[in-house]
Amino acid sequence: MSYGQKVDIIDIDYSWGLANYVRAIDGVYLVTLFKSVVISIITTALCLLIAIPVAFYISFSSTKIKSILLVSILLPLWTNLLIRTYSLIAILRTKGHVNNTLESLWESANHVLNFFRLASYNFIGESFIPLSLMHNNFSVILGLCYIYVPFVIIPIYLVLEKIDRNMLEAAYDLGANHKIVFFKIIIPNISVGITSGIILVFIPCLGSFIIPELLGGADSQMIGNIIERQFKSANDWPFGSALSFILIYITIIILGVRYVYSKLYSRLYPGNIS
Amino acid sequence: MIKKKTSIELKKLNKRFGNITAVNDVSLEILENDFFTILGPSGCGKSTILRLIAGLEAQDSGTIIINDEDCSSVLANERPVNMVFQSYALFPHLSVRDNIEFGLKLKKISGDEIKIRVEEILELVKMVGYDLKLPSELSGGQRQRVALARAIVNKPQIVLLDEPLSALDANLRMEMQQELVNIQRNLKMTFMLVTHDQDEALSISSKIAIMENGKIIETNTATNMYEYPSKKFSAEFLGRINIIEGVSSVIDNQIVFNSDTFGKINLERNIKLPKDGVLGIRPEKIIIETEINKQKNRVSMNGIITNWTYYGDMSYITIELVNETKVYINVQNIHRNSLQELNIGKNLYASFDVNDLIILEK
Repeated sequence: MSYGQKVDIIDIDYSWGLANYVRAIDGVYLVTLFKSVVISIITTALCLLIAIPVAFYISFSSTKIKSILLVSILLPLWTNLLIRTYSLIAILRTKGHVNNTLESLWESANHVLNFFRLASYNFIGESFIPLSLMHNNFSVILGLCYIYVPFVIIPIYLVLEKIDRNMLEAAYDLGANHKIVFFKIIIPNISVGITSGIILVFIPCLGSFIIPELLGGADSQMIGNIIERQFKSANDWPFGSALSFILIYITIIILGVRYVYSKLYSRLYPGNIS
Repeated sequence: MIKKKTSIELKKLNKRFGNITAVNDVSLEILENDFFTILGPSGCGKSTILRLIAGLEAQDSGTIIINDEDCSSVLANERPVNMVFQSYALFPHLSVRDNIEFGLKLKKISGDEIKIRVEEILELVKMVGYDLKLPSELSGGQRQRVALARAIVNKPQIVLLDEPLSALDANLRMEMQQELVNIQRNLKMTFMLVTHDQDEALSISSKIAIMENGKIIETNTATNMYEYPSKKFSAEFLGRINIIEGVSSVIDNQIVFNSDTFGKINLERNIKLPKDGVLGIRPEKIIIETEINKQKNRVSMNGIITNWTYYGDMSYITIELVNETKVYINVQNIHRNSLQELNIGKNLYASFDVNDLIILEK
């Protein structure tokens, strides 16, 4: 279908031309595609930054605390994605929980200043200006991170569990400090989990459309939103298919990179690649 | 003789894990160039002592002195000891060479020096040509050699070995035991080994400490520990022994031990027997005879063979005396023909020399 052309509301002319692909790599779509990649990269990086310490903390906790922490990581996944996204809206919107909290803080601060007769100097502004946390790139990235961070924590936690604690002790015994143990011993040994986590976050991020739709503004559209619009409001299925295929090609390339990477690693851990 | 320097001194060391006392008031002195072995059943706290010395575990109380320096609160990565782990704990992502170099690089030793030392050590542990392999490509024995190389390449004065040979099969273990002894003698390092294998302890150590329930029961040289143990537990743990219970009395300046099972035994020795002491006789010190032995100093007994276990070179025989006491005897299978005489149910005499009796404290 992606090689056809729309001729009517419901008719498609299968002309086997590349016109849709040419249109797809044209300015505005390419920019959106590039932006989607950037947002996905930022999200993945943030997820990693959050997930590695969290996975470490869980892995080095006692058995009892470990199971409680793991359940609390997995529990949100039982809730529908839409509901979790809406709950973020309740937190972030102009009259949401964050701004309400900040406003009450501002008011108490203002009362204190009033008490000292300093309010007229406007140290903290004349009135409370709510932060615009919604409908921008920030809210989209925050939403994506919130939804996808468990998918990074779990694989990293699993490989961390497999690490021989004696090996870490051996490194200390040979004179290594915490930094060397972390970068020279732990990171190389959990890299399989890190790559799995990256793949598990990056690919769905790239194609996500619900989160940017609900949390994003006009400026933070991702390629998923454009594809969705082609199939629905624009009713241009051939072009939507072409965009989808481009997304699939990108995904395949990423998976290919991971395959090559895991091939390199299979020499290290024969039969240990998930 | 010049007095040897002390390598490790432990003073009143204590360590508890929850309700379990792993190390209970342990004091030890390990001399330079000793091959010191802590022998004990699993869970007696022997590995914990090693981990305390390495600094991988913090003691609740007590002092650890390594090379005349108080190391009680020194971090693991700054202690002058290196450890060989039971699971080898090699770094799976690094080659044999990188594994061995790991400690040297951290010590900021020059590249040329590292190269020379690694070549030396590869030769010593017979791993030349394996330097680019990964641990996953090596056999158990080879990994064990790399683990040892990784520890001794740093030239520590003290090497700690935590049951390093327990994962190897019997033949390889014997071979590695011999190599460990050779390496220890050549390099003049202090080796401290922890094991639950009695044969291993006897064959490689210069000194043995026997441990039970977090306490060191007895320390002695390897031969003395076997031939002249002073505690019942150490005599029973290190090899097999027949225990003879009874009451001692002094007659004509000589100690006579009156036992229910063997009758009166004149010890021919004028030493003080500990209160509630018992006698012990090793199974290989007893010989089998066809008639009663009336020689001086010999205790002879009559019994029936109730069990015979064949080990190829040795036979482990159990004979039951008239009063139903079981006596364990080890016989060297010198002649093939003589095996037929060891039938179960056969009536025979067994005797031992009173000088081979061990006096044990309960």
